[in-house]
Amino acid sequence: MAVEGIGARALRKEDKRFITGKGKYTDDMVLPGMGFAAFVRSPHAHARVKGIDASAALAMPGVDAVLTGDQLVGDGIGNIICGWMIHSKDGSPMKMGAWRALEPETVRFVGQAVAVVVADTQAQARDAADAVEVDYEELPAVVDPLSALEPGAPQLHPEAEGNLIFDWEIGDEAATNAAFDNASHVTRMEISNNRLVPNPMEPRAALADYNDAEEHHTLYTTSQNPHVARLVLSAFYNIAPEHKLRVIAPDVGGGFGSKIYIYPEEMVCLWASKRVGRPVKWVSDRTEAFLTDAHGRDHRSEAELALDADNKILGFRVKTVANLGAYMSLFSSSVPTYLYATLLSGQYNIPAIHANVKTVYTNTTPVDAYRGAGRPEATYLVERMMETAAREVGLSPAEFRRKNFVRSFPHQTPVIMCYDAGDYDVTLDAAMKTADYDGFPARKAEAASRGKLRGIGLSCYIEACGIAPSAAVGSLGAGVGLWESAEVRVNPVGTVEVLTGSHSHGQGHETTFAQLISERFGLDTDAVSIVHGDTDKVQFGMGTYGSRSGAVGMSAIVKALDKVESKAKKIAAHLMEAAEGDIQIEGGELKVAGTDKKLTFTEVALAAYTAHNLPEGMEPGLKEGAFYDPTNFTFPAGTYVCEVEIDPETGKTEIINFVAADDFGKVINPMIVEGQVHGGLVQGIGQALLENAAYDETGQLLTASYMDYTMPRADDVPSFSLSTHETLCPGNPLGMKGCGEAGAIGSPPAVINAITDALGSNDLTMPASPEKVWALAQSGMKQAAE
Amino acid sequence: MYETNYHRAGSIAEAAELMAKAEDGKLLGGGQTLLPTMKQRLAAPSDLVDVTKIGEMNGICEDGDGVAIGAATTHAEVAASDLVKQKIPGLASLAGGIGDPAVRHMGTLGGSIANNDPAADYPAALVALGAIVKTNKRDLAAEEFFSGMFETALDEDEIVMSVRFPGASASAYSKYPNPASRYAMAGVFVAKAGDGSVKVAVTGAGQDGVFRMPEMEAALASNFAPDAVAGIAPDADGLLSDIHGSAAYRANLVTVMAKRAVAAA
Repeated sequence: MAVEGIGARALRKEDKRFITGKGKYTDDMVLPGMGFAAFVRSPHAHARVKGIDASAALAMPGVDAVLTGDQLVGDGIGNIICGWMIHSKDGSPMKMGAWRALEPETVRFVGQAVAVVVADTQAQARDAADAVEVDYEELPAVVDPLSALEPGAPQLHPEAEGNLIFDWEIGDEAATNAAFDNASHVTRMEISNNRLVPNPMEPRAALADYNDAEEHHTLYTTSQNPHVARLVLSAFYNIAPEHKLRVIAPDVGGGFGSKIYIYPEEMVCLWASKRVGRPVKWVSDRTEAFLTDAHGRDHRSEAELALDADNKILGFRVKTVANLGAYMSLFSSSVPTYLYATLLSGQYNIPAIHANVKTVYTNTTPVDAYRGAGRPEATYLVERMMETAAREVGLSPAEFRRKNFVRSFPHQTPVIMCYDAGDYDVTLDAAMKTADYDGFPARKAEAASRGKLRGIGLSCYIEACGIAPSAAVGSLGAGVGLWESAEVRVNPVGTVEVLTGSHSHGQGHETTFAQLISERFGLDTDAVSIVHGDTDKVQFGMGTYGSRSGAVGMSAIVKALDKVESKAKKIAAHLMEAAEGDIQIEGGELKVAGTDKKLTFTEVALAAYTAHNLPEGMEPGLKEGAFYDPTNFTFPAGTYVCEVEIDPETGKTEIINFVAADDFGKVINPMIVEGQVHGGLVQGIGQALLENAAYDETGQLLTASYMDYTMPRADDVPSFSLSTHETLCPGNPLGMKGCGEAGAIGSPPAVINAITDALGSNDLTMPASPEKVWALAQSGMKQAAE
Repeated sequence: MYETNYHRAGSIAEAAELMAKAEDGKLLGGGQTLLPTMKQRLAAPSDLVDVTKIGEMNGICEDGDGVAIGAATTHAEVAASDLVKQKIPGLASLAGGIGDPAVRHMGTLGGSIANNDPAADYPAALVALGAIVKTNKRDLAAEEFFSGMFETALDEDEIVMSVRFPGASASAYSKYPNPASRYAMAGVFVAKAGDGSVKVAVTGAGQDGVFRMPEMEAALASNFAPDAVAGIAPDADGLLSDIHGSAAYRANLVTVMAKRAVAAA
């Protein structure tokens, strides 16, 4: 390869193995004597488990064991936890119902596991799982979050009366109400955010191996954060103490949040391996993934925006009901609270904000963080309100936004966040110019001449990444710190291994992280390996989610590199009898400034390990570690412009053009950043136009396969026009903000604003299916005719 | 998937014999529906008898003013056939729009019609063109062959050998795909015969599978133009309704697709 530092479009080092089929995923792992697990799952959304008869299954060929919830509880395996404590506005803690990995008493969503079969082959395990007879007494179910809060609704958990988990608020209610008293215009909307299924390409999988001689467990699993998994499995689920539990997350084929959590299946494999005395593998099939991977979004909101006579925003009032499904997943409580309502100020000066969030249990799959996690819900709300308010007061959407932009930094919003840097005019101007916003009326007229409806929509998003300052999130209820660790090991021959707590499952860390070392020491990126995903190799780490691997993970690497550089310079200065301050690193060499004296990086590394001639008192070796705890969130922001053309006869929406102008701070590898934006945009456009997890009234998931759940395909999206505009984040050494989620956060409102512009009707929910759009187009044409 | 026995038949007689011997045999004609169904453990045939390698069931040849297509001919072969493109362009374009390239290179004409998925494309072409389905026992007119959702007139041991499509002076197919599955939500095949008569067949929308639109046919016989069918829609009562589209929406799609098919014919 080459020396490819910060800003280089380095090709991905990992792609050779992925493209040639040499990746090593959990399902590729084969252990001698391995058995297979198959889960017995509830066909009912809500039912009492009256009995489980495994006798027929146990008599089937190859079957080792059928294990149930009673045995799991009897063995002292802990309940599944939620790691973020939220208190209701009355001060009471959130109401958490018990979630057991195998449910012995009451199932609360279709697909919940009640037993597991272990057999010699996967087919035998599945056949036997079908033969386990479970006697259910069906109970009434509730799937709609608003219905779940009504008196008389079916009750899910004894701990949560009326299915209410918490009733939380943020902001100054009195000041916000006063702002509305003084408003000259108020925009009101009811806005829902549709439920999504994450659908990473690789489904979840686990291979657990218990060694009884050493009382040691190894778990290969599809995790975005193997150390967090080990911590939770050890401290809360009582699988084994941490030093007796190794968690390996090898190549992982996408996560989007859904592989943050420690699910029942992975934990049951660990427990079952010890119980049956053989390694146990489980690989989710796609239907299991639809039924049991944590879903995303599912909010119902009422929002009101108060404006003064000059169309400046005075206040923003929001009431949201968030559906958390049947149980509280690991970060579920933080998503509709501190990851959502803290972003309700958008890119705007809003003097007063008040938000009330109620979270509810329903007989549906648990909901947790999914690409964006709270910020897409906030952005969709804010940006639909902004576009609607602009239309109502007769300003152009851009002018109305400009009137209210935050322009001085740091900017303290009324909802905790303190924006550190940004330039929202720059991204708005760039996006509008690229989209030829001014030329839109002519394009609309041309489309009309062909019987088509054109619309254009804006979205000026801001989000919070780089999660997170540990003390700050601790004070808000987080159960862990959200720093990151790194270790830089220079080998005696001058090659470098970087051990990181971040986990790559598609993000390209092996390339971008290597670019940091290439930049710092002038080394070829091929001289660098990135080691991650194994708790036996990396000491600790918090993993990858919330677009944190750059801003937090790479900052930890930079801190460790600072230490390595300092020691290398001391050694070089000593060897070349120069002052440490005169040593410069350039092109893989350590030079004495102003002289021709120099040593290669390899010579210095070797000297550190031979230790024949080191400065007095210096330890041998060249290896340094660091923990980096961010001082603030980071705030990526930008403007997206979407232009659509609608066929009023069928309701089909075609995205004609999509422009993204993003500020991610410092960009390490523009190619990888563009890939992240492409993927995010497609997921956001998928949410806006196509994707929806639909349940019937009895709690059956109607969209449990790709026959009914509409994933975006290549022909659903245009070729995107992207640009980045850098304001450096002052809070971390590289000035990075994060780029992993922005596309999914910023794009849905741009799409819906464009469609509602085309239709002249604002009464549209996501996904904007052809039928919904057709119905609005028809009623619009009828009105026009009258 | 449950375990099953795979057999590759070399002749129709051998296929029939294998089926007769099987406890619960299924003919495999490309497997684009059957195999996913088996993978989901929703079907568990004891034996699969693959008929796609039987020579006499493969290929396309001229047949009077039309074409005869072997039941094991893939959609891709039909789509690429110069003969089909010349004689019945609407049929070639229909075959070229089924599923995706992988489906088109595995899926076969016989497999598709024997399954009679109410959202499959081919039934519309067979009915509108007045095709004859030739089996190892008899000849069946298309409208006789398709007898309801996932139902055909085929006996348990009957094998589709080929389909004879009469020529048409004009033909076209227009469909609106289900956004998720890409099956037809409404697919309309319009065919004008040499004598000037017109048939319009609709797939994807009907509760009982493919159906004809006599009112459209009459209108088009006197005026073969999109406007002739613009005001004609099927009764929504007999149409499918699901999370992707209500019966009323599908009724609208039938009209729109009929207009577009006529325009393209």
